[in-house]
Amino acid sequence: MTEDTTFHHGDPAPSKPLIEMKGIQKHFGSVIALAGVSVNVYPGECHCLLGDNGAGKSTFIKTMSGVHKPTSGEILFEGRPMSFEDPRDAIAAGIATVHQHLAMIPLMSVSRNFFMGNEPVKKVAGIPFFDHDYANKITMEEMRKMGINLRGPDQAVGTLSGGERQTVAIARAVHFGAKVLILDEPTSALGVRQTANVLATIDKVRKQGIGVVFITHNVRHAMAVGDRFTVLNRGQTLGTAKRGEITQEELQDLMAGGQELATLEGSLGGTV
Amino acid sequence: MSNAPTQPATDERIKSRSKFREALIRPELGGIVGTVAVFVFFALFAFDSGMFTSKGVLNWSQVSAQFMIIAVGACLLMIAGEFDLSVGSMIGFAGMMIAILAVTLGWPVWMAIITTFIVCVALGALNGFIVIRTGLPSFIVTLAFLFILRGFTIYFPQTIERKTIIGGIKDAAEGDWLAALFGGKILTGFFSWLGDMGLIETFSRGSREGQPVVDGVPMLIVWALVLVVFGHVLLTKTKFGNWIFAAGGDAEAARNSGVPVNRVKISMFMFTAFCATVFATCQVMEFGSAGSDRGLLKEFEAIIAVVIGGALLTGGYGSVLGAALGALIFGVVQQGLFFAGVESSLFRVFLGVILLAAVILNTYIRRMITGER
Repeated sequence: MTEDTTFHHGDPAPSKPLIEMKGIQKHFGSVIALAGVSVNVYPGECHCLLGDNGAGKSTFIKTMSGVHKPTSGEILFEGRPMSFEDPRDAIAAGIATVHQHLAMIPLMSVSRNFFMGNEPVKKVAGIPFFDHDYANKITMEEMRKMGINLRGPDQAVGTLSGGERQTVAIARAVHFGAKVLILDEPTSALGVRQTANVLATIDKVRKQGIGVVFITHNVRHAMAVGDRFTVLNRGQTLGTAKRGEITQEELQDLMAGGQELATLEGSLGGTV
Repeated sequence: MSNAPTQPATDERIKSRSKFREALIRPELGGIVGTVAVFVFFALFAFDSGMFTSKGVLNWSQVSAQFMIIAVGACLLMIAGEFDLSVGSMIGFAGMMIAILAVTLGWPVWMAIITTFIVCVALGALNGFIVIRTGLPSFIVTLAFLFILRGFTIYFPQTIERKTIIGGIKDAAEGDWLAALFGGKILTGFFSWLGDMGLIETFSRGSREGQPVVDGVPMLIVWALVLVVFGHVLLTKTKFGNWIFAAGGDAEAARNSGVPVNRVKISMFMFTAFCATVFATCQVMEFGSAGSDRGLLKEFEAIIAVVIGGALLTGGYGSVLGAALGALIFGVVQQGLFFAGVESSLFRVFLGVILLAAVILNTYIRRMITGER
């Protein structure tokens, strides 16, 4: 029901998409989790993926980040067809995911967390040691850029608020060269002010030319930063709309389900 | 993003902490306080008991060193989020294996020691492999090995030699280069010089008149110090150390960040087995015999030393130096009570009390670190 060609209505694309997911299907046994979903992400945009629980958002981003292999469909990354065997391939290509349940360890310091799995080393007498000075310096710099005041790089992540932890995770992904940043419901458990901070972080990241995929089921959060919006429902895309082409109410209705689809067709400008 | 965003200089909600409070929040705190308390206590109440003569010092140093050797392994493994309850049985098993290979089968001692190290480290890897593969708690997997290894440690000497203690290792190890690395002493020249200078106690009569009572530092103590330094550097100063913390802090989060959690955990099981084998080899060389009941309850003593040293039972936090201090407290108290002439069963009472106190203190420190309430 969705054709890739229906996406780019209006203006020509600003540049080439970083990643194109074409007609992605994913079946788990007899369950069809994704029934042909197509989404693309351009550099420097925030593409919001909306959908109610069970709509297939998680399955879709897991396919994008290499956790699942699609049953059928095509993934083009920077124009080349890609087949990710596991998340490491996706990370190596430049697709980073910040999970809803964070990849942060509360008992460890911010700097140890920041460099977890990517520790800088300095050789002393031929033995590679963890370069704490460098790690601390970079961590403080990156945190300052994101507007987080740390007591010190050895402050434990556990002392940070939920929003700050999200920001650390995002800063880490960006620092290690992410081109596409997938944020899995980063605001779902946050208060108003922390949400605002995370949304501001998304904006900063976008301005660096990184393509952001922002998964949420909160339409207001999506409207605040999104450049384009794709609604998923029962494993299918209900269309992609640009900022300014769709109102908050319309998005909300779309997420609510496909029953109202017919009546909403007009408002989406024939993209469904 | 090139322009640095303006920001308030300080966050009004971050209370400034005093340096003193900062210094408090470290895993070794309990160990440091405990060590000072224990030394003050015995200096006050048992100073004349011979505990602080060169012989007395050697006595509790050796006992502490034993605890340290297994505590280093247990500490790193616990920080990586796992337990090994088979350490005690592994000590018995390794000692018995050396004795059977070297004495009963007449192998050269160095070959027996190397073979034992290979087999025991492989058993440690098997422990780890089963834990990783099945996803079962290491508590239960290693509990199984506690019984399996102890069973073999009794079965083999019974079947082969019809006894549970195999002696004669001293003779077999005579002049063996590798055995000396575990049973020998270093700095003997330095100690006899100290004796000559009258700085340490010397024998005043008998065939060894004039020689120092303590004639060198046993290799056991050297091993303990080397392992503590190695463990501490590995944990705090290397990439692998970061992975150990990460694997124990949250294995899933660590995997998401690309930390090879399985490899880290299995190698820590192997390192724990290695430490147990070092313990066993030193003990066998010192006693000249291996017994089926060697190493009984050592796994718990190692874990207690680690917990006194500030490690969390849930993993992801701890310190090798702390564990070493825990082991020191252990050794000093156990031998100190003996010197002071206190009924030795009270040692267990002490152990229980200090364990409880350490766990409560650790929980409090963790809350300070993570800001939980």
